[in-house]
Amino acid sequence: MRTVGERIARPDSLDKVQGTAQYVDDLSFGAMLHAAVVRSPLAHGRIKKISTAAARRIRGVHAILTAQDIPGQNLIPMIQPDQPLLAAGEVRHIGEAVALVAAETKSAAEEAARAITVDYEALPAILTLEEGFAKREIVQHWKLRRGRPCDIFSRHDVVVVENTYQTPYQEHAYIETNGMIAVPETDGGITVYGSLQCPFYVQKAVASVTGMKMNHCRVIQTVTGGGFGGKEDAPGLPAAMVALLAQATGRPVKYILSREEDMQVMSKRHPGKIVYRSAASHDGILLAVDVDYFLDAGAYATLSPVVLWRGINHAAGPYRCEHVRVDAYAIRTHKVPCGAFRGFGEPQIVFAHERQMDLLAERIGLDALQFREKNALETGDHTVTEHELKESVGFKDTIIEVRRASNYDRLKLEIEKSNGARISENPPNPKRRGLGWGCCYYGVGLGARGGYLNPAGASVVISSDGSVNVAVGTTEIGQGMITVLSQIAADALGCPLEFIRIMPPDTSRVPDSGPTVASRTTLMSGNAIADACRQIKSRMAAVCADYDFSKIIAEMKSQAVAASARGETHPKSDFHRIVTSSYTPSNRASGHWSEEAWLWKATIQRCVQNMVQLSAHGWAVPPQTTYDGETGLGDVYVTYSYSTNLVEVEVDIETGETTVLKVWTAHDVGKAINPQTGEGQIEGGVVQGIGYGLLEEHVLATDGSKAATRKTGKGGPFPPGRILNDQFSTYIIPTPMDIPEIHSLIVEHAFPYGPFGAKGLGETPIIAVAPALVNAIANATGIQLREIPATPERVWQALKQEASRRTQQSPRRSRKAASAI
Amino acid sequence: MPEEKSPQSTSEKFTLSRREFVATVGGAAATSAVLSTVDLGVLETPVFAAETPPVDKFHSLITLRVNGDTHRLVIDNRATLADVLRTELGLTGTKIGCSRGECGACTVIMDGRAVYSCSILAVDAQHGKIETIEGMAVGGRLHPLQQAFLDHDAMQCGFCIPGQLMALKAALDRNPNLSREELRYAISGNICRCGCYANIIDAAEQARPVMKKV
Ligand code: FES
Ligand code: FES
Repeated sequence: MRTVGERIARPDSLDKVQGTAQYVDDLSFGAMLHAAVVRSPLAHGRIKKISTAAARRIRGVHAILTAQDIPGQNLIPMIQPDQPLLAAGEVRHIGEAVALVAAETKSAAEEAARAITVDYEALPAILTLEEGFAKREIVQHWKLRRGRPCDIFSRHDVVVVENTYQTPYQEHAYIETNGMIAVPETDGGITVYGSLQCPFYVQKAVASVTGMKMNHCRVIQTVTGGGFGGKEDAPGLPAAMVALLAQATGRPVKYILSREEDMQVMSKRHPGKIVYRSAASHDGILLAVDVDYFLDAGAYATLSPVVLWRGINHAAGPYRCEHVRVDAYAIRTHKVPCGAFRGFGEPQIVFAHERQMDLLAERIGLDALQFREKNALETGDHTVTEHELKESVGFKDTIIEVRRASNYDRLKLEIEKSNGARISENPPNPKRRGLGWGCCYYGVGLGARGGYLNPAGASVVISSDGSVNVAVGTTEIGQGMITVLSQIAADALGCPLEFIRIMPPDTSRVPDSGPTVASRTTLMSGNAIADACRQIKSRMAAVCADYDFSKIIAEMKSQAVAASARGETHPKSDFHRIVTSSYTPSNRASGHWSEEAWLWKATIQRCVQNMVQLSAHGWAVPPQTTYDGETGLGDVYVTYSYSTNLVEVEVDIETGETTVLKVWTAHDVGKAINPQTGEGQIEGGVVQGIGYGLLEEHVLATDGSKAATRKTGKGGPFPPGRILNDQFSTYIIPTPMDIPEIHSLIVEHAFPYGPFGAKGLGETPIIAVAPALVNAIANATGIQLREIPATPERVWQALKQEASRRTQQSPRRSRKAASAI
Repeated sequence: MPEEKSPQSTSEKFTLSRREFVATVGGAAATSAVLSTVDLGVLETPVFAAETPPVDKFHSLITLRVNGDTHRLVIDNRATLADVLRTELGLTGTKIGCSRGECGACTVIMDGRAVYSCSILAVDAQHGKIETIEGMAVGGRLHPLQQAFLDHDAMQCGFCIPGQLMALKAALDRNPNLSREELRYAISGNICRCGCYANIIDAAEQARPVMKKV
């Protein structure tokens, strides 16, 4: 049976609904200690003295470590070698780790951490992007130069729109906070278990600080309660901490971050500022864009250079645009380092270009959809980096699908009518409906700057009973990797799905397979598995080609009947029994293997008898990509996924509150290996996109802010730069009450290099939701927001400003206009 | 660096978590759960233990009834129900996402009502009948809600799922006729960052008639 393209249930779901899935905090080891961390209260300061004597006297304390106790390098290796594990001499952001404690209990460790006193001398801190840019604190600068944008902007026959956009921090808010356990091994090695996305990043961090060889640092991913990019690079920090403490004490050490600590110190989506100028002809052709793109990197570079790079490569959106200038900067500030977050540098710039598209369309007098369609990338076109798109360009079809499913043209008219009717109600109904579009594309995989991180490995081992172990170096973080890779393995081998088991990722099993990011897992690990399966299949074919299996199957069946007569249970897995039972009740009753399963078991038996090697390592390397550092041009990614979103909102013009009513969201994913998990990814991305567009932002204490006078638990005011909302009651993410009706639509323009034609899907769903929402708010009310989230306060303010602007412009018409919006 | 206390020293301290708050006030009352106007099985007022035999100033001997079993345990007075379930009884299916009654990952059922076990002291949970995710499947047979979650792919990372199942079970056990809107309300105190809400509510709708029959 082919499983690819089927709605197969997740093999890991049974554990999740029974509460038996083992997340990191569910594990414990004998004689395990608990860690706590002393962190900087200042955004920038010099450490004068660390006093640990009182803490050492607390009962149960086993180790207290500061920077000078690190046996290896005090460095978390990422793109630039700038981030220490423990501050040495200087602290550069609030929450930076200064000292580590391991103690018998969590409360003893926390008590000891509180008893450690650190004297600081406060230094001037850079807390805004603008200040950092003025002081040339530039982590990275990328350029993109195509055509002659200056010539276009100086023409008189073009429509030009220019705006400055701002986007906020976004918190990953995975419900499982970061956590790690390090266990010392008898041979001197250390095994780290934890909640993470990228085992090989963690391995490098652990090896760096402990000074051990990489093969002595084994990293095993535990079931992970959400990642979204937040468990990409950041888990290297807690992992390195527990590894050092385990090394110092010789005992297992566990460290689970509290929610507040996680929100204060772990990575986030970069706040962004985008100065965007676009030009179009009067007949609706996008001619040129001119962009300055800034991201607030925080205190250390982490992944900022590549996050920024992805943004610049998508600067003009999924449209033809021949004249382009972009300068992109990641700016160093004295704030928490930002890192990877689903979308990876795209949501910020996409917010800007999709707002620009609407504003241009309005100026030209075209419908927002028409204008997009007119400029949409098609096969044979070139992207903004002059990448010629030779195949698998489903963008137009995503637009067509959304238009069809939403019945856009009718809906648009209906909404205009209903708004008109509401205005004339007595008293006037304050709710206005509106529609907004948002489109994007996404270069799948790491692209030309991914270098050695690009390839992926897989190991496939078949046991004599036909069951198959598959090991890969990428991780399941809820996105459905286990399911999708099981399907790919089953179909590539030609065996029934229930024989496949995807092993927990473990750095000792497969070679470095790069990170689980950039929607690359299905593509890269899928291809690596397919490669291993191909090798095994060709060996199997040599002994099975002309063989008649009927005799061997008959023999195995009679053995099974005899076994069950003796009361031995059937070997089918629990999972298979329970999952299939709901679909075909007869399965449960019969309890027999399918014909296909018998054939597979018989085939394997024959191979075993003929001493066929039933294992292989697979390796996948993506097709060549190119990049020119001077111009920024090149075939920068292997391929692209495309997406179109239409949202319908209702805005209350008295309160500024926006309710999302409906979302239509279409995605060209190449091939949906499993439409069910695919739709889950889409809906989940849309929900996070609604959070980004309407609700989520961090508020930081500023020098003179009211907040700064609020008391901390310790009794002092909040220092400037401190995140003030570090809990779910103050950092608001969408709840079940905030979600609209979501129509997920999948478009399949197969990518020939992908496994079964698949591209990638993890990220496109979140990227263009925020601009679609803001465009819809504009459509409903006439206000043009340049900043997200569109909170009721912000919308209400803008409505007020818009009303007063209209009053000033035409005093006579003002009263009517004010009541019209 | 010299090892001595300095008078102007400062050290960082993040705001108190719920658990720390409870620790500092000892056995004081803990707020619980979501306030609701509709009766969806969400607990509105905490239950207080009257007489708990003290072991010493910091510990108590308590009796907990969980999934039909009775446990006698000596616990730290400050321990929350979630702590005791997870660390003393090994029932790690109950998850901790915030420790302060804001995420719902720790939801269990006490006397038929969904409660945040991170926000109830174990000493206060003694007289209740407690159900956790581990007690949901009986005799190897999945509860209709669990089966429905499988059928609707109502999960991604799975971390919030035990809490979602507990909240829905409490709500539907009390009233198997809840509307889609009411089901949505029943999990309004359980956040899912993976955004599986639609599938979760679909699953609850599938389980509803089955639960009615039982
Ligand atoms: S852990 Fe109890 S509500 Fe979050
Ligand atoms: S399934 Fe991940 S938080 Fe709900």
